[in-house]
Amino acid sequence: MRMNATPETPIPLADLRRSQPRFQGIESGHRACLGCGEALAARLVTEAAGPDVMIANATGCLEIFTTPWPESAWRLPWMHSLFENTGAIAAGMEAALKAQGKSTKVLAFGGDGGTFDIGFQSLSGMLERGHNVLYVCYDNEAYMNTGIQRSSSTPHAAMTTTSPAGKERMGKRHLKKDILTIIAAHHIPYAASASVAYPSDIRKKVRRAMEINGPTFLLIHSPCPLGWGHDGALSIEVARLAVQTGLFPLIELERGELIGAMPIRQPRPVTDYLGLQQRFSHLFKDDPRAREELEHLQALAERNIEYYGLKGLHDDPRDSEGADTVRRGGQRWA
Amino acid sequence: MIEVRIHGRGGQGNVVAAYLLATAAIDEGHFGQAFPAFGAERRGAPVVAFVRIAGQVLRRHNQVLHPDFLIIQDHALLHVPGVLDGLRPNGGILVNTTLDVSALEAQLGRAAIALPATQLAKAHLGRPVPNTALLSAFLALTQMLPMHALAGALGQKFKGELLERNLRLIEAAAQQVPAGLWKEVAHATGA
Amino acid sequence: MRQALEGSQAIARAVALCRPQVIAAYPITPQTHIVENIAKLVADGRLACEFVSVESEFSAASVVLGAAVAGSRTYTASASQGILLMGEVLYNIAGSRVPVVMTCANRAVSAPLSIWNDQQDSMAVRDAGWIQLYCADNQEAVDTTIQAYRIAERTELPVMVCVDGFTLTHTLEPIDLPTQEQVDAFLPPYRFSRTLDPRRPISMGTLVSPDFYPEARHAHHQALLKAADAILAADADWHAQTGRSHGGLLQVEGDADARIAILSLGSVCGTLADAREMHPELGPVKLIRLRAFRPFPAESLREACAGLTDLVVLERALSPGGGGIVGAEVKAALFDMPAPPRVHNFAVGLGGRDIPLETYPRLLQAVATQAPQPFALFDVDPGKLPVEDR
Repeated sequence: MRMNATPETPIPLADLRRSQPRFQGIESGHRACLGCGEALAARLVTEAAGPDVMIANATGCLEIFTTPWPESAWRLPWMHSLFENTGAIAAGMEAALKAQGKSTKVLAFGGDGGTFDIGFQSLSGMLERGHNVLYVCYDNEAYMNTGIQRSSSTPHAAMTTTSPAGKERMGKRHLKKDILTIIAAHHIPYAASASVAYPSDIRKKVRRAMEINGPTFLLIHSPCPLGWGHDGALSIEVARLAVQTGLFPLIELERGELIGAMPIRQPRPVTDYLGLQQRFSHLFKDDPRAREELEHLQALAERNIEYYGLKGLHDDPRDSEGADTVRRGGQRWA
Repeated sequence: MIEVRIHGRGGQGNVVAAYLLATAAIDEGHFGQAFPAFGAERRGAPVVAFVRIAGQVLRRHNQVLHPDFLIIQDHALLHVPGVLDGLRPNGGILVNTTLDVSALEAQLGRAAIALPATQLAKAHLGRPVPNTALLSAFLALTQMLPMHALAGALGQKFKGELLERNLRLIEAAAQQVPAGLWKEVAHATGA
Repeated sequence: MRQALEGSQAIARAVALCRPQVIAAYPITPQTHIVENIAKLVADGRLACEFVSVESEFSAASVVLGAAVAGSRTYTASASQGILLMGEVLYNIAGSRVPVVMTCANRAVSAPLSIWNDQQDSMAVRDAGWIQLYCADNQEAVDTTIQAYRIAERTELPVMVCVDGFTLTHTLEPIDLPTQEQVDAFLPPYRFSRTLDPRRPISMGTLVSPDFYPEARHAHHQALLKAADAILAADADWHAQTGRSHGGLLQVEGDADARIAILSLGSVCGTLADAREMHPELGPVKLIRLRAFRPFPAESLREACAGLTDLVVLERALSPGGGGIVGAEVKAALFDMPAPPRVHNFAVGLGGRDIPLETYPRLLQAVATQAPQPFALFDVDPGKLPVEDR
């Protein structure tokens, strides 16, 4: 990893980024599934964050597939404690580093289960006390590591093993928890959503958060091919469609106020997104309840577009998202 | 008692295979037991499952260390150290592979049975899940259970079109191996 | 009807047969299949209940407590870290004397992180005041789950049904599922004497000063000791219903005139039983299986140990810095016997290490050749230890 460094002559911290133009925080050879969105997101985040960080990681896929004893894929100081306390572990690390006057930034990593649900309390506490921690939530919309169970981040009507479809049920009954609104209510300096389909956007948002001395939060939409029911090769396309339908808006908040949103030039119907995933396959059966759920999801998407002002005022003939290009038979962009 | 160890990769239906085999045995009035050696959930990871079939109740819950038969659901697993460990001297190996028998046996340095289970599955099911084809071949080789027991077990798991296709698949797979080749070994250990 | 069922699936069906009205579900390996199977029954309209997908185990235990005091039969399941996280609530449920039934899919506790089977989780909460019953196989898990509701609702004590994770939960074996009629005949509708009700309001969970606290604890302790009768009665009545019994408080098998016995809990007992049958040449050995750990069946244990020269206590947990947990309690129970056996206390299979059939002859070898150890891990590989610890 470090060029020309030895234990006796380590490279000074200030030179670390210069000596590694593209810093690699996670080494290859980890055990993630093919097409794992979370693995990609974690790589992008650690690349952008650089080497002077310390990581607190919740229980979940990321922790499991990167650290099968006696091996680890991390090239950064890293700890996994439990499922519910990542915010608090990070807060403790931050307090210690602050007391020692060190520049190392603390990152907290958790999945949606560990962030929206079981780890919510300790996250809220960390935010409220103003710790200088960047909390990154890798949102694959269910408890994936334990075999695809619903979390409060699971979208409405999605199938999981604890929200299966059946005679009496059409998947998850409850809405996807609006975590960013709750985070916004803590009035922290910066909170944002991002998607693995937009890697430059992730890097930009991570760098923004790294510069801030205070609590920051990043929600990264990370497809799980196994849990969502699509081929690993389609992960990026699926993630992009989530954004282009309006179901997963990419927004930025400062102190609770909306300061930025990625526009959608040509909003796609939600069925384009849902139809690629097995977890929504029951919505494409000939069933009045299925039609109702599709309408509901379309309404949720349109509500996001309106609320966050995602649609530009005019049609964009250049169509920088590339959707129109694809429709006209051209090459997919990026 | 017959002990079988099934090696596969996550997503190939390894555990389902073990459960189906034990279910077929139980439905025929034998004692059957099946369980995985577990790891974290992950597609593509090597997984191992165990099956015991016996004429009397077994109360043990330890892993199978000395299998009478090995079913290898993925040819590439033959490179994983320990895959063949503990196989009894006369034990049989059934491998999902497109290699022909002599090439397979040359590679292993011992007798084995080759079955292109993935190809058969793709042809009949449209999906490359080799487990039911392998089970059918296994039963044809050992003749330890009638094929209708496997069909019955499949019927508890699958319905409609998928069941029909699986039933045709097991019929086809059974034809592709020498029937009863392992019958004596199976009877010697005694189901 | 005898059918092939995975342990988790069988337990889920048993729970459904007991007609719970509120089920709290939170995923944790290796109990997840239980709640998944229940979710499918609910989604298909085959089980009418409120299925609450909670946000943590702490809430899972809290939801069942709230539901139980509001007058509903409840269920939840957990393991390992989940048991520890809900620990505070477990003490709260038991101390409040509320009848709740849960499955503990026994799994090791972190750190180090492990998803595999041992009994450290349920042993860690042995002082919470719950009845704890350990199952040797999945049939017993089914039967004991059903019995647990009867025991809990009669004694007003919560019951934890301990089932070895993976080893039992993920093992498919022949299971005899009782019919709905059999279960309905065995389990009356849920009745909790102190149900919260606007028509006769009471207050629960109040602050208790030193003037009253010791008496409350005394009553709890006595209730647990007396629960032994309810445990025996439930097993006997279930036997009358179905022809199946699981030994009541503890189960003794093997050679009645043996001077050596091996005591253990859970699925390892099945492995020891098969191994014993394979080794008649090693002489007569008695196998003692503790089914109830709380209340601890001291008197039944002393009876089972009468005339023994050596007792091996083989457990699936430990108290670091202390030694064996079951071993310590067994020794305490046997202390006042006129001629107590020598106790050899071992822990085995921690973190899910496989316990082979050879364990049986090796244990007997240890008894024959070594002085009794206060406590040791039986299956440690010295090659994996630092040199100074070998």
